[in-house]
Parts: sequence; structure tokens; C-alpha cells
Amino acid sequence: MKRLIIPSSLLDIILLRLCEQLIENHGSFENTVILGLQPKGVFLANRIKHKLNEIQPNTIEVGYLDISFNRDDFRRRPIESPSYTNTIPFLIENKKVILVDDVLYSGRTIRSALEAMLAYGRPSKVECLCLIDRDYSRELPIMANYVGKTVNTMPSQRVLVELKEQGFNEDNIWLITIDTNENA
Amino acid sequence: MKMLSTKHLLGIKELSKEDIELIHETALSFKDVINRPIKKVATLRDITIANIFFENSTRTRLSFELAEKRLSADVVNFSSSSSSVKKGETLLDTINNILAMKVDMIVIRHASVGVPHFLANRINANIINAGDGTHEHPTQALLDTFTIRQKFGKVEGIKVAIVGDILHSRVALSNVFALKKLGAEVMVCGPKTLIPMHYKMLGVEICHDINFALSWCDVANVLRIQLERQESAFFPSLREYSQYFGINSKMIKNLEKKITILHPGPINRGVEINSDVADSDQALILEQVENGVAIRMAILYLLASQNKL
Repeated sequence: MKRLIIPSSLLDIILLRLCEQLIENHGSFENTVILGLQPKGVFLANRIKHKLNEIQPNTIEVGYLDISFNRDDFRRRPIESPSYTNTIPFLIENKKVILVDDVLYSGRTIRSALEAMLAYGRPSKVECLCLIDRDYSRELPIMANYVGKTVNTMPSQRVLVELKEQGFNEDNIWLITIDTNENA
Repeated sequence: MKMLSTKHLLGIKELSKEDIELIHETALSFKDVINRPIKKVATLRDITIANIFFENSTRTRLSFELAEKRLSADVVNFSSSSSSVKKGETLLDTINNILAMKVDMIVIRHASVGVPHFLANRINANIINAGDGTHEHPTQALLDTFTIRQKFGKVEGIKVAIVGDILHSRVALSNVFALKKLGAEVMVCGPKTLIPMHYKMLGVEICHDINFALSWCDVANVLRIQLERQESAFFPSLREYSQYFGINSKMIKNLEKKITILHPGPINRGVEINSDVADSDQALILEQVENGVAIRMAILYLLASQNKL
């Protein structure tokens, strides 16, 4: 069963609100960088950069972070092909970093990202922005500073994010209920 | 989910085209890792790897060791010259003793053909062939084809000439298997005495004229004359070999197109290749060495991922 939780029109409004919250906390983004998590966090990070520029011109830097080699489930489940690379053409030493991802679920991806990120320096502060926060499902003490939408889900459900950048005609975010116990 | 079709890396012959492509794709990510300010990931922190070298090696052993350490694996090194093999211990006993110390993966180089295959049938650890006699050197072929892919964006349709001592070269055989599986056109070039008859059956062109081979190819993979394996006189002298098959800058400049030069090392400067060619911008020899670490990290990572906890 598939239920639409964020349609295209709503996504735009949500992203605009998130950008305004970012501006509230980071002003002109002088010492702030964005790291989008591969693959879908990258698309969102680029949209956020674009939107921030529309609201107030700035030179915020965006990097792409791949966490394949920092996962904590290596040898516990089949690997996904790490076909993504890191593109971080700057050091994050003493910078404020905003990690951007599509779905926050167990918190393990963000934990891996925190580890992967340290190869580029020691940031002064790290924040987390996610489009969907799956409530009541955290396995680690991790929470997002900026949330697009909080959704109450069961482990048997899955959040499917479809973005135009992946080749879809429009942006849609679905909640899928599946029979097996497979996690998203 | 992507997995290799095999538990061991015994040779390119045992790999599928999809396996090779998966290794290349994974190596691309590891090339990114080794170019970061901090070149290390913690992925193999609970894996122990033994590098067992019964034959001399500089590049391959260092490359494997760096690959292992950059994946955070625990590494032990073994070389036959300083071991109990000298006291008469058999190969299988030696390996079983190492495995009894709870080693998960074995990287092995041996002067005898088929040693990795022999071990794979008898022991439980993942085996990676780092060169078995004159048979195969799969990681070298994987890094050579990866270097070609990086240069041209593809391997299919690229014309590759393998030049030199084909008879004694495990690099040549592994390269032929890998290049053919990926759809490249392959020519081997060298003195008649150094090209075995069975190469005809591998679907490669055979040529004895170095200038023709160079004008035909996009990539020339130049091999070393293996002086340690010349059990009889296959050519009159090194000087004569160099005159007929050595590559110098004049030959390269006379070509209509700019070809790429590969060499697996170690280079015998002035024999198979002159310094002005080896040090030119057409030679990707150091690029190959860099790619070697990424390729070996990819293989270790993909094989280790199959060992479920």
C-alpha cells in the first residue's frame, strides 16, 4: 500500500521554510557549509543552496559525502555498490556543518556521516537537516535540528523519496506499507 | 545489492565481466578515499590478513599492505626467506599454521603455477592471488584495465598491444583475459621465441614487428624481460632485444596518434623502454601504481563483505 505524504507543491513550501530556519540560525552563512549525503541528500542540498540564493545571495559551499565505507553494518548485511564519491573541495576545520539527508530513521546513517566527515577536519558545530523524520524509530541518540515533516511509522513501513533529479516527472514522497519486516 | 561471483580471487579467468566491472566501480570510490586528507576508513577493522610472499616483490606487497592498512585491517607479513619453509615445512602446513592464528584472508605469491587454486580447495580463508609463477597476476590486470578505463572512459573497442616477454609473463595472460572479457582488441608483440603458440587460441593478434604494433594500438602495455625466468637462450643478448623491441621516443614521435604507455614495473630502463618514453606524459606508470592500491582495496572490501559475522 502506498500513501502520498508529501506532494510536489508541499515539498517546495517545506524547503522554503527549512531555508528560512537556516537563515535564522546562520545569517549570511559566512562560516557555514552544507554536506549532502549521497545520493538523495545531495539533491536536497543543491535545492537548498539554490533556494537560499533566491532569498538572499550568498556563497555557501556545498559538498557531497558518501558514507559507504563508514557504515556499521558491514558483513552484517549485503553491501550496496559504493558507486558514489565524496566531493568536498574545502576543509571543514572550524566550520559549522549542516548535514542534509532525505530520511532520518535509525540514526545510523548520520552516525556514519559524522565519522566520514572527520576526514575533512574538525568542525566547530554540526547540525542535521532531514526532510522526513521517522518518529519513534531511533536506535542511536541522534536527532535532527531542522525537520521537513515528522511521520509516525512502523518498522514494517518504508519511506520512498522520488525526486526529479532521479528522473521522475515530479517530486513525491510516499509511505509504503510492506508485508515483510524489511526496514527502509 | 552487488556481490562478486566468487569467494576467492584466483585469476581473471574465473571472473565474469560483471565481476570486473564491479571491482572497477568500487575502486573508483576507493581512489577517492586515498586522495582525501585522511586516507583511511575503518571498514575492515575486524579482519586479519596475511600477506604470504614466496617470491620477491616490492610494488605488489607494498600496495597490498597499504590497501589493507587503509581499510584498517590487521596485517601480518610473511616472506619465505626468513621462515620455517627453509627448515622443510610444507606449503599446506605453513598456511594451516598461519590460519590457526585466526587469519581471515590470505594474499599469496608463489613461483609455482596453481598454488592459490590448490589452497582454495583445501582451506577456508579467502585467497587472493598476487602472482602464481608464469600463470596469472589478476590484480595487475584489474589495475591496468582500470587505468585504461580512466583514460579513455571505456575499455570496449580500445586497441591494446602487450609488448615483450609474453612467454614468462603472468601479467600478459591476466591482461589478455581481462581485456577480452571487457571487449578490447588485443595484440601481443615480441620475439617468436617469447610468444607461446597457445596465445592464438585466446583470440589475440600476434605480431613480431614493434613498429607495426605501436602504429596499430591505442595503448602499449610494455613488459619487462624476466631475466630470472630465462632458463634457455630465447634471444641472443639484451642489447639485441633492445634494438629490435625496445621502445624509444623517436618511434613514439613518428606515430600518427598519441598512444598511451603502460608498464607493470619494475622498469629495465634502456632495455624494453627508454627513459625518455617512460618519463613522458604519455606514460601512465605512476598512475597505475596509484590505481593499484584502489583496486586492491576494492577486492579486499568486496571479498570481505561476503564473510558474514
